[in-house]
Amino acid sequence: MRKKRASGPRSPLCLFNFLVLLGLVCAPAAGAQTQTPSVYAITHAKIFTLAGSPIEDGTLVIRDGKIRAVGTAVEVPGGAQVIDAKGLQVYPGLFDAVTQMGLSEISAVNSTVDTTETGNYNPDVVAATAIAPSSEHIPVTRASGITEVLAVPASGGFDSGGGRGTLGGQASAIHLAGWTIDEMLIKKSAAMVLNWPQIQTQTFDFATFSRKEKPYTEAKQEYDKQVNELNDWLDRARHYAQAMEKGSVSKYDRDLKLEALAPVVRGELPVLVFANRARDIRNAVAFCDKQKLKMILAGGEEAYKVKDLLRSKEVPVVLRPMLSLPPEEDDPYDRELTQPAELAAAGVKIAIASFDNSFARRLGQNTANAVAHGLSYEEALRAVTMNPAQIFGLGSQLGTLEQGKIANVIVTNGDPLELTTEVKYLFIKGQLTSLENKHHRLYEKYSNRPKPSAAN
Amino acid sequence: MRLRGIPQKKRSHILFLYFLSLLYLLSFSFSADAATPPDAPPVILIQDATVMTVSHGTIEHGSILIKDGKIAEVGQSIKAPAGAQVIDGSGQFVIPGIIDCHSHIAAEAINEGSVSVSSMVNMEEVLDPQDIDIYRDLAGGVTAANILHGSANSIGGQTVVIKLRWGQPASKLPFEGAMPGIKFALGENPKRSNFSIPGQPRRYPATRMGVEQTIRAAFSEARDYKKTWDDYNKRVAAGEKSLIPPRRDLKLEPLVEVLEGKRYVHSHCYREDEILMLLRVAKEFGFKVRTFQHVLEGYKIADELAAAGVGASTFSDWWAYKVEAYDAIPYNAALMTRRGVIVSINSDDAEEATHLNQEAAKSMKYGGLSHDEALKLVTLNPAMQLGIDKRVGTIDVGKDADLTIYNHDPLSAYAVVQKTLIDGRVYFDREKDVAHRAEIEKEKKALADKLKKAEQKPEEKKPEERPKPPAPAPTPTAQGEAGQGGAQ
Repeated sequence: MRKKRASGPRSPLCLFNFLVLLGLVCAPAAGAQTQTPSVYAITHAKIFTLAGSPIEDGTLVIRDGKIRAVGTAVEVPGGAQVIDAKGLQVYPGLFDAVTQMGLSEISAVNSTVDTTETGNYNPDVVAATAIAPSSEHIPVTRASGITEVLAVPASGGFDSGGGRGTLGGQASAIHLAGWTIDEMLIKKSAAMVLNWPQIQTQTFDFATFSRKEKPYTEAKQEYDKQVNELNDWLDRARHYAQAMEKGSVSKYDRDLKLEALAPVVRGELPVLVFANRARDIRNAVAFCDKQKLKMILAGGEEAYKVKDLLRSKEVPVVLRPMLSLPPEEDDPYDRELTQPAELAAAGVKIAIASFDNSFARRLGQNTANAVAHGLSYEEALRAVTMNPAQIFGLGSQLGTLEQGKIANVIVTNGDPLELTTEVKYLFIKGQLTSLENKHHRLYEKYSNRPKPSAAN
Repeated sequence: MRLRGIPQKKRSHILFLYFLSLLYLLSFSFSADAATPPDAPPVILIQDATVMTVSHGTIEHGSILIKDGKIAEVGQSIKAPAGAQVIDGSGQFVIPGIIDCHSHIAAEAINEGSVSVSSMVNMEEVLDPQDIDIYRDLAGGVTAANILHGSANSIGGQTVVIKLRWGQPASKLPFEGAMPGIKFALGENPKRSNFSIPGQPRRYPATRMGVEQTIRAAFSEARDYKKTWDDYNKRVAAGEKSLIPPRRDLKLEPLVEVLEGKRYVHSHCYREDEILMLLRVAKEFGFKVRTFQHVLEGYKIADELAAAGVGASTFSDWWAYKVEAYDAIPYNAALMTRRGVIVSINSDDAEEATHLNQEAAKSMKYGGLSHDEALKLVTLNPAMQLGIDKRVGTIDVGKDADLTIYNHDPLSAYAVVQKTLIDGRVYFDREKDVAHRAEIEKEKKALADKLKKAEQKPEEKKPEERPKPPAPAPTPTAQGEAGQGGAQ
């Protein structure tokens, strides 16, 4: 596998490759894109467009950031930089739909973490505001073939900062390249985070560093109170939105939080509802139904228990990694691994996400494990490309290799979900983008460390 | 169970928990069925499989004969002896059972975090043979694991190597004859950088400087203690009578064993400087470090590690969860291997352990290890690090028949464990596991129905009034707590 190269050492592409490599090495990690050329042709590749069956010996043309042509009978435009991808495969870049990308650098160090605001209701806060374009996580993640992500505030995960609040803020869809957030942005507000309240009979008391048991009735009362509060927020937002429409909002003091919720209650901005247990999912679906919210389920540990409900209400699910232990001791040991296949078979639209930063590069691995446990390979590929794009309203721009779409494209030496596959070229917004990153830099540096004379 | 005087709702909650625990026990009895070994290990022939021996290459369409729990024959084609149980391995891949050099499963407690030297405590004494994670890791192909104390202390508790003999009592878990160990820890964890209890003062050590002195102080004491005993023993041997023996010190005894080379040191660490610090301290007091655990900056000082002859047991691709993990790279295992260090990939986590084969595979991508080198990271190398490589770690005649069978090349994300054998007995069988599920579900449902019926019967005592639901409930589907178990 490692010997399969795009071109032999003496091919005319050699100089080009050298120049590209030089560009890649020299390009700073933050932007990592060369500005020219703007026309590329990837030729002789097996192209998995995900919009039809794979194309053998195909050509994909990129111009001005977009896919201009894809197929077998495609002319290579004059002036295009040609990448001979014989023996290589082309896919849409992977889309990780729940991350804390740019919001968290070192999860144990509070000063590097901007994932979660204090307080329970922060619909006005926006991930894009706090995304650090020069985060080391971005090039590391990119090297695994992920070209775009959702940066999701208050989304917990390995990088969670503890409490998460109910309305956690707005998730932003970003390209994993760009000198500034403006260059990275796909959609500033792609979803509103709703951490569904839980009936918590067990709490952790930090003052005594011990678990505390709470009577069910008390926990249920607290839960009901939170749901009522949430209900109240949305009712107020609806009135506010109506006032906005009628132009009578000037009679009120401007309320930024209600203003942020207006697109939610109008059904324009989906709510990304984090819930895991079947009971919570059922309650959340009923709530969103009643409030006429566009719901996307995130997490969904026990989504399989409510798959018919999810299908009938057309609630898509962004699944957390399948490489997780089952919630109950008497669950089958592979409970989480078989769930994607079960949901897909029931007709539920699924995306698979990392819910993390440092483990984002395990996205393909997780997805492959779902295939090993019954998910069809085609559906698996869609779960990390087309489906998340569609779920977050970006289906017309991303997720497949079709004419007119944004050219987020990866060229690999094999199955992008497999552990040993290498990404050879990566395009974001039609620009050949560096695969260099902190990890590879350190590897090179210490591979070249001279043998210490003192070592004995 | 005292249920009187408890509100009905809470009572049903308790009953539900009770019911769950019954299920829990039940699930054991089911799985234990499959795992309870007969008195004599069967004669098993695995036929027509891709046998990845790790020690002498891969045999296509190979066979393995197992007798008395040991590998009796390995080769191209072996005739099945009369009465042998034959496992058809066509299309399957057999590797030596996976060995996890850093695990916290099967333990009722992990950290005695109140003191910075806790060498008196021993993981072997808190082994929990009913921990479901034993079964889950077995289903991930793990056959042996190094059960370590936590990393809260500079010198932690004593450690034990176990075989994942699911269904056996705690006394049958330890790997017979394996050298006992002790956990050390350096860096952020023992200095408690990321943990604090409000209102409690910081514990010494709070810096890497203090960690060094904590270890030096402990070994100074241990050296004196050893001398006291050596003197006493010498005098007894010389025939002196009515000597009063020195008082035993349970904290120092394991450290004396370290000084005498009778106990392995497995040290948690991250940064290059702290790793070299411990090597210096070890040299000063004349003991060996057997393995560095995590050792995420090991690649920066690979030559020093190789020169010290110390093993490195690391993660595949974890990074950035704390400052000392910010320079972690997935090339760590490969780079150290290239510089002559014996490297293993470990889990430190019950879930991670279920796919260590996949974690090993990443070293082919990151650093270009060969297929065999990658496989060694989770088989032969951890066996060498734990000093059990004469018994396990490769597929060779005479070794324990600890084997894992996959449906795919194990260094792929598409490989699923089909069977796991320990001592020549099948402890995990995917087919049987899947076949049992319907039965377990049926049993669960029967129990749930019984419970519902029991709940519907009038109580002997008037049930207390239920608390009124607060305000109009916004969610019409709000469930009772027992609803959780309801079918959906």
